[in-house]
Amino acid sequence: MLERLEDAAHEDDDAATSRAPTVYARPRKRHSHVGDRAFAGMVTLLGGSVLVIVGVIVVACAKLATPAFAKLGFFRFLVGSDWNPVEDSFGALPFIYGTLVTSALAIVLAVPVALGLALFLTEMAPPRARRIVSFLVELLAAIPSVVYGLWGLMVLVPILRAVVEPALGRWFGWLPLFSGAPIGVGFLPAGIVLAIMILPTVASVTIDVLRTMPRALREGALALGATRWEAIRAVVLPYARRGVLGAVILGLARALGETMAVTMLIGNQPEIHASLFSAGYSLPSVIANEFAEASGAIHTGALAGLALVLFGVTLMLSSGARFLVRLSTRRSVSA
Amino acid sequence: MMSMSTAARRYAIPRTVGSHKARQVVNGFMTAVCGAAVALALVPLLSLLWLVVSKGAHALSLAFFTQLPAPVGETGGGVGNAIVGTLYMVGLASLIGLPLGVGAGVFLAERGDGKLGAAIRFTAEVLAGVPSIVIGLVAYGLIVVPMRHFSALAGAVALAILMIPTLARATEEMIRLVPRSLREASLALGVPGWRTSVSVVLRTALGGLINAALLAIARAAGETAPLLFTALNNQYWNVKPLQPTASLTVQIYNYAISPYAEWHEKAWGAALCLLLLIGLLSLIAKVAVRNRVTT
Repeated sequence: MLERLEDAAHEDDDAATSRAPTVYARPRKRHSHVGDRAFAGMVTLLGGSVLVIVGVIVVACAKLATPAFAKLGFFRFLVGSDWNPVEDSFGALPFIYGTLVTSALAIVLAVPVALGLALFLTEMAPPRARRIVSFLVELLAAIPSVVYGLWGLMVLVPILRAVVEPALGRWFGWLPLFSGAPIGVGFLPAGIVLAIMILPTVASVTIDVLRTMPRALREGALALGATRWEAIRAVVLPYARRGVLGAVILGLARALGETMAVTMLIGNQPEIHASLFSAGYSLPSVIANEFAEASGAIHTGALAGLALVLFGVTLMLSSGARFLVRLSTRRSVSA
Repeated sequence: MMSMSTAARRYAIPRTVGSHKARQVVNGFMTAVCGAAVALALVPLLSLLWLVVSKGAHALSLAFFTQLPAPVGETGGGVGNAIVGTLYMVGLASLIGLPLGVGAGVFLAERGDGKLGAAIRFTAEVLAGVPSIVIGLVAYGLIVVPMRHFSALAGAVALAILMIPTLARATEEMIRLVPRSLREASLALGVPGWRTSVSVVLRTALGGLINAALLAIARAAGETAPLLFTALNNQYWNVKPLQPTASLTVQIYNYAISPYAEWHEKAWGAALCLLLLIGLLSLIAKVAVRNRVTT
């Protein structure tokens, strides 16, 4: 194949030479330019396919969603709280609510742990412990979502139902957040498992940000007599602030789009409750559960509309987060 | 400079006031807190791994790897068709996704400094952030609806799309790591540019590329959401691209949400199979990096 391309290159060049003698102006391209051009064309085509794929995703979602938007109106669809496929009544609010509550819970639980872990790994741990822990964090990231769901359903839910939720209810039951019967599945287990799943994302991006920090800053603080923790408070954390915020937003974007574990744990009731103990529903979960059996263009369209909402939100979050992470890692290059 | 001094005023000075002893205590306490965070993060991981191995090993047998799923109430049966289905769809997905992902990465590394490169790099990041369920929905709209059939092909296309952005980024990084001097030496010897790219630059980056490819494949093997309404599921053996196909992940999901205890046990068994498969791929990926051509 390669030989043939090269032969073709020669032939083409010879033909060009006989036709137009001015070709001597660039004789060095003689041996290669068709091959080069073919190669460049090929990789450009493959690179361009990324643009095409994303374009197709947006167009396909929008096209599927059109019948629902046309019938219901985009805004009414977005803020409607009734979801009843039998009566063709579709409101996205319970799913948006469930997605936001579980993701917020995941962030609240995961970020302190991820930050502690990242600081321990980059600032405190001896090298051998560092290697072991970062291997385990990689492992945490490699476990498939459905296995987390299985673990949550079989291990976490019974513990929550029998121990944690009754205890929370006894002490904090006066808060609407912890009221109601402990049923096990619901916002709480979904949020906890999401926290476990986004932990490696938040931790590893934070570690990347901390690693780009110039040694001189940290060592300067230590040389001035600061303890390790004082150096972290005074120099490391202020330096990494933006990057850590980016890591948190990336984790949030991941939590919003996570499907399987949430579907298995959230209880799948399209209702809005203040209590974390009650069952809810999330955007990805309702798509996963209803799409294959959706009847009619309106139902399919409403689900595609939810996908579009999800796509829009994660797009905004992840591009904002990447911008922040880039800002804070690039500064070190110039420093 | 300004921000540094305000930071110092805000954090450092009040903190360093106090006896040496007190500051050491605070330091020790915060170190312990960070260490506790590590321990806390590892509790669910260790619990999960322990249960998958102990409960999963219980369910494993030769029949588990070779037989079809048994109906409720019947003993025995396995997930052989789901293992084959996962391997089959991941294989198909690699055929589509690897050339696209690696090709896009080559483009970004070699010709990606202009506007088109910036646009593609941004779009690849967007694609990496698209929830997998949305990609499944799109594959449904584009392949399942026109063909009027759930199929392994639709599942494979969804998985391939998921592989592309991570592969493209990893490929770009690997190629940029190749020293310039190698490329220049090759060009100076009169090797054409494209040939230099293929047999010098890509050849040098090969170990890293294999590593990235295997990790992408391992990730695809663990995906469930994009298969739910593309490949659907199948109770029987299938290796036809246009038929619904079982997969380990969808099988775990179905077993886990069922109310039957014996199916729960099978879910753990299937989860162990899946983790072993992913672990094996990651292990080979690590070996590939170790053996890569060093310069």
